Amino acid sequence: MSKEWLARSIVIVLAVGAIAIPAVASWGRRHGIEIHARMAETGGWTPESLTAVVGVPLRLRLTSDDVIHGFAIGQTDLPVVDVIPGEFSEVTYTFDRPGKYTFYCTRWCGINHWRMRGAIVVSGPGTKPDIARPPLYVSLGLEIDARNPADVVPVQKPSSARGAWLGATIPAAYLSRDYYLAHSPLELWKALRDEPNLRNFSDQDIWDLAALVWKSNATPQELKTGQQLYATNCAACHGESGAGDGVFADQLDRPKSGEHAEMRAGEMTTRPAGFTAPQSMLSASPAQLQGKIIRGGMGTGMPYWGPIFTEEQTWALVAHLWTFQFDLEDRP
Amino acid sequence: MNRLQEVTWKGKVPLAEGLPASPRIRAPQKRINLAQVTWFRPLLLSRWPQFLIRCLTLAGSVFTIFAGLFGSPVGSHNFAIIFVWIAWWTALKLAFIPLGGRSWCSVCPIPLPGEWLQQGGTLEKRRHRFSLNLRWPKRLRGSWLQSSGFLLIGLFSAVTMTDARVTAWVLLGLFGLAIGLSLTFERRAFCSYLCPIGGFSGIYAKTAPPEVRVVDASICVSHREKTCYLNCPWGLYPLALRDSSQCGLCLECLRSCPQDNIAINLRPFGSDLGWSRQSGRLDDAFLALVMLGSALAFATVFTGPWGSLKSAAFAIGSPPWGLYALGFLAFNLTLMPGLFSLAVWMGSRWSGQKTQLRRAIGNQSQVLLPLGLFAWIAFTISFAFPKLNTVLSVLSDPLGWGWNLLGIANTPWSPDLSGISSILQVSILLAGLFWSASVAQRLVKASDRGSLRQALPILAFCFLFTLAMFWLLVG
Repeated sequence: MSKEWLARSIVIVLAVGAIAIPAVASWGRRHGIEIHARMAETGGWTPESLTAVVGVPLRLRLTSDDVIHGFAIGQTDLPVVDVIPGEFSEVTYTFDRPGKYTFYCTRWCGINHWRMRGAIVVSGPGTKPDIARPPLYVSLGLEIDARNPADVVPVQKPSSARGAWLGATIPAAYLSRDYYLAHSPLELWKALRDEPNLRNFSDQDIWDLAALVWKSNATPQELKTGQQLYATNCAACHGESGAGDGVFADQLDRPKSGEHAEMRAGEMTTRPAGFTAPQSMLSASPAQLQGKIIRGGMGTGMPYWGPIFTEEQTWALVAHLWTFQFDLEDRP
Repeated sequence: MNRLQEVTWKGKVPLAEGLPASPRIRAPQKRINLAQVTWFRPLLLSRWPQFLIRCLTLAGSVFTIFAGLFGSPVGSHNFAIIFVWIAWWTALKLAFIPLGGRSWCSVCPIPLPGEWLQQGGTLEKRRHRFSLNLRWPKRLRGSWLQSSGFLLIGLFSAVTMTDARVTAWVLLGLFGLAIGLSLTFERRAFCSYLCPIGGFSGIYAKTAPPEVRVVDASICVSHREKTCYLNCPWGLYPLALRDSSQCGLCLECLRSCPQDNIAINLRPFGSDLGWSRQSGRLDDAFLALVMLGSALAFATVFTGPWGSLKSAAFAIGSPPWGLYALGFLAFNLTLMPGLFSLAVWMGSRWSGQKTQLRRAIGNQSQVLLPLGLFAWIAFTISFAFPKLNTVLSVLSDPLGWGWNLLGIANTPWSPDLSGISSILQVSILLAGLFWSASVAQRLVKASDRGSLRQALPILAFCFLFTLAMFWLLVG
């Protein structure tokens, strides 16, 4: 072989090897489905729909192409995984029931963070998906977008401890779970105000009794769960204090031009609702709040959480929302 | 002019240009001729060592393109970003250029495929060649296009240096351009006139130790065949070399000289600087100013405290980027050349020099080279050193596919220069300023009616630049 042909061979072998070696190596090393996470504005999850079979492990290799994301599967207690830029997190899920599961991002990765969702369709021979029960607001036929501001509000934040201290007897009809779910605090206040045995109590006292009724419908564990869910999923927009002043609030409120215009996904958004205003909150029932959470706010940018939260989680979140109106501590 | 294709041939090679303007001022400096070092000589004469290194760099480039296109889009986990913009770019500024001049050009893989087609062989010229072998258009000669290329890099630097795919496409584009020009024009047209890195390396190669020169000029003059020129891929004639800015250190002249009259010298730093030229080249002056201005612009965008400026540099095509581009171009095309020209003009006026302004600008631009090189080194300390830890992890997982080939993918090693980086940067910038001042002083002594007044405005320009770099890098 002449020197020139030897030289040519070296050039070709090295150049081809530079591509072939990593390509072949990658072929043999990849196990599981590779999922890339990007901010919603630049693509979200890829792929965003997966299939699995009941009882068959689903192995995922998760990586982020931009910022830190989180991966979780809604309505399950399957482990949550951090998705780090440039690194791979491997996780294996095994589903025991068929159905359509929603996976979503658990990190506030951007203003459209909530749009980062995908679906896993789990099938399985001989099993059928649970038939979904309609949410309460549908059963009750509530118009959850209706605005009925409260015409009566307390002069100070109602306290369940003060209500308990009054020693008043509240009719049993108002203490049932069903009553709590279907009525607003304002409706309860008006009903209690009309009760003859409570005639001697002031308006504020009646509000304290309403707070007591609301506290009787929330366990400490439920309140704790609701607080955690709120901090993780809601506070970015609605604010830690529930005042509608989360870190994304200003961006959602701005007109569709300027520095954040490109961050929107095209839908109209409004400033997130606050939970500290008694006029709007005290006239809403737990069923209405549940409806808003499940369905989302039409045309406001509020995401729908129905596929993410279990029913218990949704009620826990609703219970936490009342803490912005009522002082539910044991001591005033 | 040091290219034979740019001067009328016989009898007009400007031999005197490379010689000291005044022997009284500049005594001959010592050189070590590497071609005469017994153990080193075979390494220089054989094409194989250089060729094998080029093959490796070619394979590295091919892998870089592959990694850029198919690897992780996260820059810190992609070989293309880390090895091009952190490892290679740092090595170029800290080692290749300051110590080796255009040494990178001697192993650069970009011209290799085109040269193979143009010359019919990878190691030596053969019969079957594929090139029109046209002469490069006269109006496009000089380093104007290289300056423009560097400005273009600056305009898109924020994205190019962070997006692996863009880096891969830029590299592919450079290979494509080099192949296209090799098929159209004679010799290394891409390297000589277009490559922005060639321009960067070339202009600062004047400060570096290596040089290719003839041993005895009379031997070259009497040699009729000019084999060195015929075999030079760059189209250079060693006898006419007056500085090291154009020579790519391919050493073909050494290999082809039948008289063994070529010296590969190691000389004192900055030996090309401080000479009063017969003809000042505006394109070289512009290139020096672009390099200086780009160092300042890069430091402003990448290490400055202005987040909105950084965002604008990233948002290519947006109105904020348009403003950034306008500012960047205005700074490099108007402000820097304008201020420097004003300084040269004032210096000439105050010292009573009668030199033509164009020639004075060309001459005085030599002063900018040490400061420019050291400004780039100081910027590199801020820009690249904190990210050097990623080099090891990327070696272990070059494509960001979750590999750990060497078991060091998550090595937390990082050179901690936080305590000394400011001192280091100030020292480097001051060293550059003093070196530039020394070149200015040499130019004063070399001129006919030398006066310190001539240098003062130019030194003030350099001082202001140094202050700006202090402010951006050290705060």
